[in-house]
Amino acid sequence: MDNKFVVSAAPHLHDRTSVSFVMWQVVIALIPAMIAAVYFFGFHALLLTLYGGVAAMAVEALIQKCRKKPITIMDGSAFLTGMLVAFNLDAGVPWWLTVIGAVFAIAIGKHAFGGLGMNPMNPALLGRAFVLASWPTLVTSGWMHTLKGSINGIKVTDIPIDSLATISPKAYTLLTSATPLNVAKSMRDTTFVQSMTTNASQNTQLHDLIHNALISSQNIQHLFWGNIGGCLGEVSAFALLLGALWLIYNHIIEWRIPVSYILTVFVLGFLMDGMSVSSAMFQVLAGGVILGAFYMATDPVTSPMTKTGRIIFGIGCGVVTIFIRYKGGYPEGVCYSILLMNLLVPLIDKYTIPRAFGEVKK
Amino acid sequence: MRLKSFPGGVHPHDNKHFSKNAQVEEMPLPGKVVIPLSQHIGAPAKPIVQVGDKVLTGQQIAEPGGFVSIPMHASISGTVSKIDLFPHPIGNRQMAIEITGDGTDEWVTLEDNPDFMNLSPKDMKEKIAQAGICGMGGAGFPTHVKLSPPAENPIDTVILNGVECEPYLTSDYRVMMERGADIVSGLKAIMKILNAANGYIGIEVNKKDAIAKMSQLVKGEKNIQVVGLKLKYPQGAEKQLIYATTKRKVPSKGGLPLAVGVVVQNVGTAVAVYEALRFGKPLIQRVVTMTGKIVKNPKNLRTRIGTPMSEMLAFCSGTKSEIGKVISGGPMMGIAIPTLDTPVGKGTSGIVILDPKEARKDEENVCLHCGRCVDVCPMDLFPAQIAACVRTEKWEQADKSGLTDCMKCGSCAYVCPAHIKLVQWIEIGKQKVAEMQRAKK
Repeated sequence: MDNKFVVSAAPHLHDRTSVSFVMWQVVIALIPAMIAAVYFFGFHALLLTLYGGVAAMAVEALIQKCRKKPITIMDGSAFLTGMLVAFNLDAGVPWWLTVIGAVFAIAIGKHAFGGLGMNPMNPALLGRAFVLASWPTLVTSGWMHTLKGSINGIKVTDIPIDSLATISPKAYTLLTSATPLNVAKSMRDTTFVQSMTTNASQNTQLHDLIHNALISSQNIQHLFWGNIGGCLGEVSAFALLLGALWLIYNHIIEWRIPVSYILTVFVLGFLMDGMSVSSAMFQVLAGGVILGAFYMATDPVTSPMTKTGRIIFGIGCGVVTIFIRYKGGYPEGVCYSILLMNLLVPLIDKYTIPRAFGEVKK
Repeated sequence: MRLKSFPGGVHPHDNKHFSKNAQVEEMPLPGKVVIPLSQHIGAPAKPIVQVGDKVLTGQQIAEPGGFVSIPMHASISGTVSKIDLFPHPIGNRQMAIEITGDGTDEWVTLEDNPDFMNLSPKDMKEKIAQAGICGMGGAGFPTHVKLSPPAENPIDTVILNGVECEPYLTSDYRVMMERGADIVSGLKAIMKILNAANGYIGIEVNKKDAIAKMSQLVKGEKNIQVVGLKLKYPQGAEKQLIYATTKRKVPSKGGLPLAVGVVVQNVGTAVAVYEALRFGKPLIQRVVTMTGKIVKNPKNLRTRIGTPMSEMLAFCSGTKSEIGKVISGGPMMGIAIPTLDTPVGKGTSGIVILDPKEARKDEENVCLHCGRCVDVCPMDLFPAQIAACVRTEKWEQADKSGLTDCMKCGSCAYVCPAHIKLVQWIEIGKQKVAEMQRAKK
């Protein structure tokens, strides 16, 4: 009798997922958003993404070589990080900015903490935060218009002629080159609103006009389909949702984080802006909530492991996002909200460990 | 029918099609049988025969080693040829009695008892104990012990486990299809012994015809119900089955089903109970599924206990290609055994043969902290954390995290994208913690 049978511990079956399967599935899920980015911003959107992905893989290989560790760049995790760095930056940034973001994400965000599975914060978002802090003007000014649409949904032609005649240069720049969230934030700033033109009643009129344009159903539709500027990857909510459905259907991500995150943003947006459903929709669709909720807050490494924990995490992200948007110094809060909540994950996990089946309450 | 279930769990492909429709066949008498002295939970049996003794089929050859123990019987007639260490269905080598058959299969005289339902519960238990019956679903707890709950734990519910949630295995299914009436008789006897008011037969929904068949058989019985259960692993785990059927939760940290007034028995055990009471027949044969993608003719075989697995595989015309792994039991909780010389035991419900590709060992990757293991754990534990505690030898913390509540169903390891051998780590922890507790006492 030959005794060459494999002897190993049960279970002898596996559902055939693996780390690289999970990572590449997320990359695949981002393809619709990639196509949308190319459609709305042009071919260089794809190049920027590839720069990010390849730079991330290269720096991971280099670090693993130096540390004499097995090279694992084909597991998709580094490529995904680099891709997400590009997705979180404006489509108009210089290529080296994306590369620096990706390198920082992998070197400091991931490997400084010990590599895959060890990092406390989402590396791609850390990369974005790093370049935002280092080159703030490059990252936040000169937002790219979509090829066929506008930057924020405000058409200069809609503005009454007499207002245009006296509009301040600052206000004009805002309307023509700032993101919808930035415009919305400025509209909540009374000092800014009062300085838009020289006439107080015109200012009120202009404020109402801009505000209504932002949350008009037409603009909400543009935000959904993607004809409004913004970061490279977040341009089309529709494309992102397609990929997200794929991920949920294939059990790559779980619904709790994105749903609680988005619902929180919706409810708070509704409450903060005079019980307006349009405002709530605007808060969800403008900026990076969809991209963040489905693709970054769900990063397995940096999100809670328990079901209750995931809901707390999602709600926390939503609260911090809205807080930054309405009360903070930045027009957008997705990046920092997720990074902040990442740091709370060990604590959330600790206090949400499930009670064992049949455990007697004490 | 509204299907019942439990939270958590996984959905492996059930792969029952290989052997599902193969009617139970009688496995030809083996030339030799090897009867391990420990096929159950509790003290090993003690041999009462010596090398050279002639034995008849059904003759007792080993007596119980204590109350929580069972006797062993010769499964063929012949001569005791060896009492030594032999390969055991749990993968190691253990003491066993080898009988070389004389080919006549001459039985001891059995006591026919058509009126067995009129026996007192005490006499019934005595007969079950003498027949050497233990749980046939895998764990192998002596049945007469399970049927003797302490007075402070009255039992009101008996659940027969026909779930067979392990992929590949079809022996319970075939028994339900072919011996349904005997299952019901066995259930009634068990209910009488325990003075239990309610009887349930739990069956997973991938066996619709078995649900129909058993429902038909219990139609006239007011207090017996067939419960259809969702197709989900581990639906047949005792605590999960009890929860799905009665919504009662067996207490954690070592609680037993009798704490919630329930006794669970495998459907095969019910047949063995019936045969012991009705015909005085000891447990010397059982239905075993021999299956796998590469087995030429997968079968369900009524096999004498102690038959070498190699003979059974030969009876199934062998394999189409090279064997990678042989699993005694199902692929989720069964044991990979090193040799086909291993005999079939009372708890061997099936033998699954995998090819080398299916048997491939995966490298462990790092934990992503994705929480899938937490999502699927039917015991609501935190498998990755327990495994991490074991790895870093934090035994007390591992114990606190619910290590002992783990039933090793393997759902966590099944879904782990990093292929971490969670069950193996937890098993190491269990052994270490048990060792420490013994040392304390």
